[in-house]
Amino acid sequence: MSQEALKLNIDTESIESSSRKARSQAVLRLVKYTSGRIVALFFTVVVGVYITVLIANMGGYVDDIRRGQIREGVALSASLDPTFRQLPEDERTKIIEERVAIQEARFGLDQPFVVRSLRYLTNALTLNLGFSEGLTSDSGSRLVSNIILERLPSTLVLFGTANLILFFLSLFLGLSLSRRYGSFFDKLVLGLAPTSAAPGWFYGLFLILIFSGLLQLLPFGGMVSAPPPENPIDYALSLMEHMILPVMATLLSAVFLTIYNWRTFFLIYASEDYVEMAKAKGLPDRMIEQRYVLRPTLPNIVTSFALLLITLWTGAIILETVFNWPGIGQLYFRAIGIYDTPVILANTVVYAYLLSLTVFLLDFIYALVDPRVRVGEGSKGR
Amino acid sequence: MKAFTSFFKQLRQYPSAVVGLIIITLLLTVSVITPIMIPYSEAIRLWRGGEDLWKENPRNAWPVWYNWFTAKDLPATIVFHSVDGDGDVVVNQLSADTREALYTFEFDFPYDEFPPELILFANAAYSVKQPHIEMTWLTPDGREIRAGEFAPGPSSSFRFAQDSRLQRRLERETGIDGVPAEKGLFDDPNQEGLQPLNGTYQLKISTLLFEEDSNVDLTFVSYGLVHGMAGTDHRRRDLMIPLLWGTPIAMAFGLLAAVGTTITTMSIAAIGVWYGGWLDATIQRLTEVNAIIPLLPILIMVGTFYSRSIWLMLGLVVLLSIFGLSIKNYRAIFLQVRELPYIDAARSYGASNMRIVFRYLIPRILPLIIPQIVTLVPTFVFLEASLAVLGLGDPILPTWGKVIQDAYSQGALFNGFYYWILEPAMLLMMAGLGFAMVGFALDRIFNPRLREL
Repeated sequence: MSQEALKLNIDTESIESSSRKARSQAVLRLVKYTSGRIVALFFTVVVGVYITVLIANMGGYVDDIRRGQIREGVALSASLDPTFRQLPEDERTKIIEERVAIQEARFGLDQPFVVRSLRYLTNALTLNLGFSEGLTSDSGSRLVSNIILERLPSTLVLFGTANLILFFLSLFLGLSLSRRYGSFFDKLVLGLAPTSAAPGWFYGLFLILIFSGLLQLLPFGGMVSAPPPENPIDYALSLMEHMILPVMATLLSAVFLTIYNWRTFFLIYASEDYVEMAKAKGLPDRMIEQRYVLRPTLPNIVTSFALLLITLWTGAIILETVFNWPGIGQLYFRAIGIYDTPVILANTVVYAYLLSLTVFLLDFIYALVDPRVRVGEGSKGR
Repeated sequence: MKAFTSFFKQLRQYPSAVVGLIIITLLLTVSVITPIMIPYSEAIRLWRGGEDLWKENPRNAWPVWYNWFTAKDLPATIVFHSVDGDGDVVVNQLSADTREALYTFEFDFPYDEFPPELILFANAAYSVKQPHIEMTWLTPDGREIRAGEFAPGPSSSFRFAQDSRLQRRLERETGIDGVPAEKGLFDDPNQEGLQPLNGTYQLKISTLLFEEDSNVDLTFVSYGLVHGMAGTDHRRRDLMIPLLWGTPIAMAFGLLAAVGTTITTMSIAAIGVWYGGWLDATIQRLTEVNAIIPLLPILIMVGTFYSRSIWLMLGLVVLLSIFGLSIKNYRAIFLQVRELPYIDAARSYGASNMRIVFRYLIPRILPLIIPQIVTLVPTFVFLEASLAVLGLGDPILPTWGKVIQDAYSQGALFNGFYYWILEPAMLLMMAGLGFAMVGFALDRIFNPRLREL
């Protein structure tokens, strides 16, 4: 009798230890998977940025601009020097050529393109892109990294808010519509899904027209009212007021299609055999939804959201321009207007970083929710 | 043929698809007719033409149909060309060389608002002695106002609003300081403030010609607040031109880009799946790199640094989408198709690899591709518009996106020129919805699993 009890005891202990072992193994696999993804993503970023650098330098176009600027700068500084003006003509050109050569060597323009492109690559990856050609940051700095870093938070605030709302709203509504399949709202969403063909900035134009132009309820654009309120609470309220329209535009451009997709997705999964089985067992609807529908579809939801985010990121450039939102998208637009090469390049790099960061974050969440990664089986078959 | 009719029967069950098909047909018809009605070179000439070409059009005028929705009747443009025999003309021979041509332009003014501008264009032909023009304005209530005098050159214009003597005269007439000529001339003196007086106005223009061969062509324009079926922009251009011509451009760009990207992506996925090994792995890695290269920023860089030609952009879009993320979806499907028995059969009779890929693998999933292509079209139509809004539209072609960009940069929303943005936006929306609705229905027809959902 006591022996049997002992046996039982040992058994539970061994189960506990094995489950602990499994957990530590799962964490190990997770770490392995994530670090693998980081390395892979870093390499993709490097390759992506290198392609960007190549495009920006194709045909030496950027270098030509740089050379022209050096020559202009040298000629200007020389012409301001009174002793220089008294020198004979050929002497002067000789001095200018010498100085230009020194400057070009300083910027590395005398090196072959491959070497230069690699240097551009490291500079671009570290956002060490020197000074802008025309734009300045609000604090007056002309350092490209300052200009960009100053504007990054406003972009992140706007798109973070918009995408979080989009994610939870469409998930919630998608799930509830799959429950009420065939109802009026279900049909409404189905009918409205094609409206997602238009991008956010497009709806932005309409929203500005209605709410700012005709009704004069909300501001035409900008991030806070001018002058910015001193009180942090007023500041936040003003920020929220300015955020309503851009967030609404982002939502309008994606929400119906996303709800529709997820509703369809849940419906397909809800007709799987194991769900039928759970229903037959008489489990409550809520439990079926959480354990048998939501749980297995979570990895797919995360991936599809990643794809959605990527399109929204690039759409941000125009949305910010339309709403005059002082983020990196609007900066991009301004840089294009005055051909500010370093800023354009840096912006492209920042977008590459943002995209890869998005991909990484979602990969990480994917790893957390996908049992295949933890169990370590068939993780390649994605 | 039978399959075709049964397919249409299926499609008819989706009302949205029918609406979508009607929209698409309409847009495609416009795309075919427009280049025939307005040839390419003519469209470019009209779109790129400066103020000279469009001088008889008002600036920023609403479309004519706007009048149907407003309580006030807005003035339309009234034009008199003396060359075309508009108005009455009486010629008096005053002496051997001198004669006077007296033009009377009579027009009805039943509108509730003042015209924005009044201009008389005069092109005089003479060798030494310049002709002389004197104008008199006759109001419906019988008042006579001396409207101005000037000596016309070979190509001159008299802007009523810029004549200070006329303004002083009108200030006396109306009793309002700084009244602009186009308002003062039409003002009803018996009413408080500025109110247009309706009735028949006359502009009498006496041209004195001092040479036998001398001649003056007159054009009088009373500009309207509404003009044409589409209105005009800030450079007086008729918006009908870009709206019509934008259609074939948008359709061509959208369709070519959608077909191009889908076909290339699918082929690459098929090749990768069939050959497998390092080729498949390379394709997979390239897809991952490609996902991180932001498409729009790259297009923007190319547009800024090299060329803004729409066809270069099209090529680039296709090139950058070759390794798009949809490769992953196609790959999953091809992996299943690869295992089907008919592929084994093809292999056993000795079909080459390429033959299997292009004659057996790809045709199998073509039905899945068609909805994909149709739903992709709006994406690219809007991409073109997005580029144009960023100022990177094709420098020559008139497109919908460029109209939006013009309107936006001229503050159309802020200044209330809503038609300027709404017209191209509506067309974009129509194109987007049309293709999306058909694509949705096709998706349900071709993917039976979705049909009952």
